Amino acid sequence: MPMLEVKNLSVNYGAIQAVRNVSFQINKGEIVTLIGANGAGKSTIVKTISGILKPKSGELVYEGTHLEKLKPNKVVAKGISQVPEGRHVFEEMTVRENLLMGAYLRKDRDGIQEDFEKMYQRFPVLKEREKQDAATLSGGEQQMLVMARALMARPKLILLDEPSMGLSPIYIQEVFKIIETIRDQGTTVLLIEQNAKQALSIADRGYVLASGEVKMTGTGKDLLDDPSVQKAYLGG
Amino acid sequence: MSTFLQQLINGLSLGSIYALLALGYTMVYGIIKLLNFAHGDVYMLGAFFGYYTIKCLHFGFFGALISSMVFCALAGVLVEIIAYKPLLNSPRITMLITAIGVSYFLENGMTYLFTANTRNFPQVIKRVSYDLGPVQVSNVQLLIFITTIILLILLQVIVQKTKMGRAMRAMAVDPDAAALMGINVSGTIAFTFAIGSALAGAAGVLIGMYYNSIDPMMGLTPGIKAFVAAVLGGIGSIPGAAIGGIVIGFLETMFQSIGLSAYKDAAVYAVLIIILLVLPSGLFGKRTIEKV
Repeated sequence: MPMLEVKNLSVNYGAIQAVRNVSFQINKGEIVTLIGANGAGKSTIVKTISGILKPKSGELVYEGTHLEKLKPNKVVAKGISQVPEGRHVFEEMTVRENLLMGAYLRKDRDGIQEDFEKMYQRFPVLKEREKQDAATLSGGEQQMLVMARALMARPKLILLDEPSMGLSPIYIQEVFKIIETIRDQGTTVLLIEQNAKQALSIADRGYVLASGEVKMTGTGKDLLDDPSVQKAYLGG
Repeated sequence: MSTFLQQLINGLSLGSIYALLALGYTMVYGIIKLLNFAHGDVYMLGAFFGYYTIKCLHFGFFGALISSMVFCALAGVLVEIIAYKPLLNSPRITMLITAIGVSYFLENGMTYLFTANTRNFPQVIKRVSYDLGPVQVSNVQLLIFITTIILLILLQVIVQKTKMGRAMRAMAVDPDAAALMGINVSGTIAFTFAIGSALAGAAGVLIGMYYNSIDPMMGLTPGIKAFVAAVLGGIGSIPGAAIGGIVIGFLETMFQSIGLSAYKDAAVYAVLIIILLVLPSGLFGKRTIEKV
């Protein structure tokens, strides 16, 4: 049984039907990526899973429970954390407070302390800037912060919405390396990317979306090698 | 010089009351971007509740203060749930007009129930004045000042050090991201209304002690002045609201002391106009750039 099963999902965004009849699965331990051009409905799908948007029809089944009607805080409580597009750090709060917000629903003080150490080890720059306001970080550092913040919830499934957007090439490499580490340490990943080449090269499986529909699916490698995918999304 | 110093003392007392009220404005604005124009009327409810607890239940000052804060917290949450919660996803103007409606409802409802007559607030503490060199300070003024300081410290501790406070700050900075952290959005909004309204309730009891009279329309002008104080301090900023309140209190008593009593309200509104023209984000506000 897949960890998350999305069945015939349709979502309206304002007056537009942004997602039409989309189905896909995520299995435990995978990196699954959704790729597609701007406006293909990728972000809408992520926001619907995390409860910010409500589906018009279709099902979202996560470990046997339905997510369609849950509010975002209940979805987080189920073990699904989202790293939103555009980073969304809490600008006027310190780096440490931002991380603490990630652990908002946890009550295990020792575990939280342990995870602070883990995050500071994995992202040394956050340790250096622990007491600074998040607004003072560079774009790349902020991306590290929001990924660490989401991990502070100890999620079983992490949803990453355009994590490499607007970053310098060095940070882009760093982000993709971290995503692989996240998977290797036992958290399942749903990755939304415009950077299709990089996303497919680390993904176990991928889905190609266009105009709100799933056009193609396969392993990361199969999609990378597919001529039509190459033509449409990988720059020839 | 001695009148000037005396007016400073008086201004500080009045300013403390405005500061307590301005905090509620600014906190609610920070979290749901609503100018809660019914906030001054919650302060009125607090004064009336204090009046009855002292008069009928024979509470002392602290009993009246605390019970009035609890009562106002509940009243504030009730208003939020009934009037604002259904409109959270509506345009902001809808909620703003609703707030004005709630204000009228509370003023006229209280006039209907208790008549428009001014009542003498029972003086539970015998007023004593102390001579401090050139100026006089009354025990009520000291009480106002000390109560305000204690409440400000408590508020600071709640906002900076507790989990709920962190949730409030996170929601004020970025409501969408806050929800993704697992914050219960409606619970946090209700908590913010409770805290802001409790401070208004405290202000209501304090003003009753200070000015000795209460009536159902008493919240109107102080409410607007506290709003000016919040804008002056930078709407959304908690230290800004406290300082803005004190400044407005000073300004008002200064105008009185130079013989322009009739213009003291006009002076406060002139501050609003000047601030909006010169420094729209206020003294401590974040200069925001609307992103498109």
